[in-house]
Amino acid sequence: MSKRKILMSFAALCMLSTAAVAEGPKAGGFVNAVIQPEPPSLMVGLVQNGPTQMVAGNIYEGLLRYSPKLDPLPGLAESWTVSEDGKIYTFKLVKGATWHDGKPFTSADVLFSIEFLKQTHARARGNLVQLDKVEAPDESTVVFTLKQPFGPFIGIFEVGSLPMIPKHIYEGTDFKTNPANNTPVGTGPFMFREWQKGSFIRLVKNPNYHVKGKPNIDEIYWHVIPDAAARSVAYETGKVDVLPGGSIENFDVPRVSKLKNTCVTGAGWEFFSPHSWLWLNNRSGPTANKKFRQALMFAIDRNMAKDVVWNGLGKVATGPSGSAIKYYTGAVPKYDYDPAKAKALLKEAGYNGEKVRMLPLPYGETWRRWAEMVRQNLQDVGINVDMVATDVPGWNQKVSEWDYDIAFTYLYQYGDPALGVGRNYVSSQIAKGSPFNNVEGYSNPEIDKLFADGAVAFPDAAREGIYAKAQKILVEDVPVAWMLELQFPTITRCSVKNLITTGIGVNDGFRDAWIEK
Amino acid sequence: MISFIAQRIAKAIVVLLALVVLNFFLIRMAPGDPALVMAGEAGAGDQVFLAQLREKFGLDQPLPMQLFLYVKGILSLDLGFSFRQQMPVSTLILQRLPATLLLTGTAFAISLAFGILFGALAARFAGTWADTAITVAALIFYATPLFWVALMAILLFSVTMDWLPSFGYETVGANYTGLAHVLDVAAHLILPATTIGLFFMATYARMTRASMLEVNRLDFVKTARAKGLSDTVIQRRHVLRNALLPVVTLAGLQAGTLVGGAVLTETVFAWPGIGRLMYEALLQRDYNLLLGVFVVCSAMVLAFNLITDLVYRSVDPRIEFAS
Repeated sequence: MSKRKILMSFAALCMLSTAAVAEGPKAGGFVNAVIQPEPPSLMVGLVQNGPTQMVAGNIYEGLLRYSPKLDPLPGLAESWTVSEDGKIYTFKLVKGATWHDGKPFTSADVLFSIEFLKQTHARARGNLVQLDKVEAPDESTVVFTLKQPFGPFIGIFEVGSLPMIPKHIYEGTDFKTNPANNTPVGTGPFMFREWQKGSFIRLVKNPNYHVKGKPNIDEIYWHVIPDAAARSVAYETGKVDVLPGGSIENFDVPRVSKLKNTCVTGAGWEFFSPHSWLWLNNRSGPTANKKFRQALMFAIDRNMAKDVVWNGLGKVATGPSGSAIKYYTGAVPKYDYDPAKAKALLKEAGYNGEKVRMLPLPYGETWRRWAEMVRQNLQDVGINVDMVATDVPGWNQKVSEWDYDIAFTYLYQYGDPALGVGRNYVSSQIAKGSPFNNVEGYSNPEIDKLFADGAVAFPDAAREGIYAKAQKILVEDVPVAWMLELQFPTITRCSVKNLITTGIGVNDGFRDAWIEK
Repeated sequence: MISFIAQRIAKAIVVLLALVVLNFFLIRMAPGDPALVMAGEAGAGDQVFLAQLREKFGLDQPLPMQLFLYVKGILSLDLGFSFRQQMPVSTLILQRLPATLLLTGTAFAISLAFGILFGALAARFAGTWADTAITVAALIFYATPLFWVALMAILLFSVTMDWLPSFGYETVGANYTGLAHVLDVAAHLILPATTIGLFFMATYARMTRASMLEVNRLDFVKTARAKGLSDTVIQRRHVLRNALLPVVTLAGLQAGTLVGGAVLTETVFAWPGIGRLMYEALLQRDYNLLLGVFVVCSAMVLAFNLITDLVYRSVDPRIEFAS
């Protein structure tokens, strides 16, 4: 090798190593992601379904974000303090944040958002039940005063739960028919640009975003592809780069995961902790009998469901709380798969082979297969199962009207038992007509008291014992049959970096994501 | 002829109104309502939330009042408002109409042209290998479920060969203009249009063949042969024209459904048409939107029935308009 060639090789090596050192977030590029089903609206203050939150999480922001361990992180609030008595929360807002139309974001917007959401957002209304007053001493400070300490309060500020709404656009208008609902204006890293209904939603980078240097990506295209197999193909043929959790059927996940340049993660669901169970009608029929309900728990092979239907994703649920939820305890009675024990309990319960109606969740093939597996398990121990087919509205109606014996479901838990667990077991939440409260009709004054005390116990350490006791009682009583802590893997090209950085996952937006060129 | 058309239009309006009333009650017989669907999607919904939604959708009013308001709207050509999508129903339908007409229109043209051509060829060469090949192919395409054809087409032409796009109406983000845009849309159109077209093509081919073979046996064809006309002229001018009547009937029926789109094909290929809009509206119990699509589809079926009657008249001089 000549001296000149050696020098050139050395120079090339130096350049390569410089490039390697400079490796880090790169600006530019666009991402194609799947959104399914098509959101009815992107105004997350009015509509809170999953797809709306997923797209709108890029447009709107909350005061806080949450780490995978559910610790609060700065969002539109840069810092916060809690008074010693746990009743006053003071937030300092970030400086320089503006709405996408250029108007400044101030504490007046926060006050307005609280009033707005109390009217429109069922979950926010519940979360704010302990709020006494909210004040804005200056443009960048907001003070929340609670009636009494409420432990989960610091956990209610993410974008889907308490999004900030622009006062200057909505004040004095009919919120539901405001034209801005179709052209949403937020403070988030991306701005709404275009929506071809039935095809795609296009968001573009917010050049004035309050976090310097972010976002990195120029544009996001959310593609609406209604068929699950077609979504797999769209990824396989390189037309989309991001399949958020639940985009494809679970049985297709292993195949798609093995495709070239494909990365898969189960992270980003810590805040929601989707928890699946069977509603058991506690009011009448065989499911009103505790021994029958316990028999169901022993009869169902949940490990097999996890391994076969869910391809090994998720965990077998031990009780009402997911393991990522605060104050979770595994020290509860165990219900391992034991058909013999199930049969013995059925005998004790005096079950005589009456027909038991089971409603599968009409969310696609994976859920249908799961229902068939459970039916098989139940038939094996002698339970006479009648599977009732419905579509989504039919399922909602039957469950909310208590017209079922067993019904599949899964619900989000929102990080704290006071926010997403208690609502399904306390008797104050027994109300016909709504599909997501205590529809099983379980009523236990001790549980009511424990959840009431747990929500307001202070300091936080006092809550742990209360919820441990509640979990133990519930698992003994089996008001519902807990199945799995679900995991919906997010599948991306490996070149899409840093997509999931918080416990809210893709719903927290593409703020930190970048594309490796 | 004008009085015939006027009479038919008057009848069509009465039928349309009857359909509106029937559809109105039919949809409401299905379990669940839009408020429950939206509460379900939000994963939370207290009584206040549901009551708010029902008030917003006008579902808090008595059913006869809801029907009265809806029919009143229809009579003033107002299809109502989709509260779920926050848009007037007519805007939503008009947004989807071009894509649907392009898809179903192309499929219609392909199936009619090639169906008649292959049917005529099969009849002309009846009993030969060409006839057998066309008949067997037609039977296969007639009997195979559309969604399976669609998935296989995607597997072959998109995944394996990478020749054609697998979903959508155009390449999103490419911002093509002019001829490049036309070619891009055409590339996206080939698979869905062919998928729908194959089924109808098979139907037309089978019908044309059977009808031509039947006409071939009639006396006037023998007369034409006796007159010394060439076989091509006999087939084209005498046999085919007479054999087309059942094909026209079928084409009229298919044309009436053009606006309704093709639910399965539009779903598999993510084609942003009215079929999908209707299907999604049904699943979401978006009453106004669903009724709006039904009204437009019903109107189109009635219009094409009328057109079919007029076409009969021009194809078959034996048919006269009633005075």
